[in-house]
Amino acid sequence: MEIIVEGIRQAFYLLFTLDPEVLGITLLSLEVSGTATLISLLIGISVGTAVALTRFPGRQLVVSMINTGMGLPPVVVGLFVTIFLWRNGPLGDLEILYTPTAIVIAQAIIATPIVTGITLAAMQHLPKNLRLQILALGATRLQMIWILVKEAKLPLLAAVMAGFGSVISEVGASIMVGGNIKGYTRVLTTATVMETGKGNFDIAIALGVILFILCFMINAVLTQIQQKERPR
Amino acid sequence: MGMIGALVLAVCVSPAIAAPPKQKNLILATTTSTQDTGLLDVLIPLFEKRTGYFVKTIAVGSGQAMAMGQKGEADVLLVHSQEAEKKFIAEGYGISRRLVMHNDYIIVGPPGDPAGIRGTKTAAGAFKKIAAANAIFMSRGDNSGTHAKERAIWKNAGINPEGQKWYQQTGLGMGHTLAVSAEKKTYTLTDRGTYLALKKNLGLDILVEGDAILLNIYHVIEVNPARWPKVNAAGAKAFSDFMVSRQVQGIIKKFGVDKYGSPLFFPDAGKKEEKLGK
Repeated sequence: MEIIVEGIRQAFYLLFTLDPEVLGITLLSLEVSGTATLISLLIGISVGTAVALTRFPGRQLVVSMINTGMGLPPVVVGLFVTIFLWRNGPLGDLEILYTPTAIVIAQAIIATPIVTGITLAAMQHLPKNLRLQILALGATRLQMIWILVKEAKLPLLAAVMAGFGSVISEVGASIMVGGNIKGYTRVLTTATVMETGKGNFDIAIALGVILFILCFMINAVLTQIQQKERPR
Repeated sequence: MGMIGALVLAVCVSPAIAAPPKQKNLILATTTSTQDTGLLDVLIPLFEKRTGYFVKTIAVGSGQAMAMGQKGEADVLLVHSQEAEKKFIAEGYGISRRLVMHNDYIIVGPPGDPAGIRGTKTAAGAFKKIAAANAIFMSRGDNSGTHAKERAIWKNAGINPEGQKWYQQTGLGMGHTLAVSAEKKTYTLTDRGTYLALKKNLGLDILVEGDAILLNIYHVIEVNPARWPKVNAAGAKAFSDFMVSRQVQGIIKKFGVDKYGSPLFFPDAGKKEEKLGK
């Protein structure tokens, strides 16, 4: 038990003394997972909206695939991304294995189906008549989509939180494609695994606490935006 | 930190500039023990400062490190798995294999020592007692150098532990395996360096040590660029030279003495492998 107390104490010590290594790791986690979430939002909201508003053959299958993708095991994603990015693999010439870019790619692949799935559900949940009403008032198709997105703001922000939450806390893919390289691709989760392996449980707990604080702050901001003006 | 942040962001945003000059990156595939003991944290920055290479250290088991070398996905290896290394060189995957350092393996277990192996002269003898007592043995089970050594000892003891109820495998690195072993109060085979580095939290005792088979020898191997043209041969050579240099050997000799009271590794550059431990 005292090791947890010690870990929490350690976390605040590292935070308040602005330990350069821990700060670097924390910022990198934030930047990598933030970028990955942004990419997943761009793809996920577009695809989710498109699938929600259209009817085409095989749609059922696509929806099933998106929903399955929401549970993609990060370590499997990591394995496939690694094989693609190997020097002698299909994308080897990019030379991005063991770089932060590689982690962004893997995390974006993990987060995209989650954002897509939640977007899809949110859009389908909007009343059907709403679309007709908007169009009847003379809106263009793009304007209609924009209004629908705004209307679905509440669940869409939930999609942001779910997407970000899934990648910031993910370790399997990050350690595989990033390599946990000190000062370069070491993020909070991979550092936690390594410190546990080194037997530095207090530091491992401290990193865990920092990760938790980070997630909490980001979700608090997003929740603030989400709950500010509750529709209806 | 702001600058690093900006750099990282730049790298994230633009894949075009993600890779620094082609041959600047050097991928070192190594064992978990060199990372878990903290030795590489001392050596790598020194190497980078001196040579200008950027080292990407990938700490995995020796087995996986050599698999990466076989595929040309690493430039240089720092590993400890004798037989596999010899095979690696014989099959033409590596071009030079140089002795760097050694420490030794030890058999650790709960202080109560339920199988009564304390002080047994040979490792194989201790393993026989563990098997006879059905005492739980925690294996790495990950094809690492330590795992290879453990299998060699079982072979010597004439026992096939696979599938036995008392034989459990973690599939994890040495540090994690020691932690599991400590928690479940089981026996395990570990390199001395990782054990000493983790000792404070473990509560496991050294029960058997000193047998010749327990020698743990680290070699640096350059991956053969003739097989894989993308391998950074110059960087690999530089790292190999660095590891056997007088200065680094001196650092290895002193590493850990202040913290653990005894060195974690013994420098061996230039020595004959057969003469070690005698």
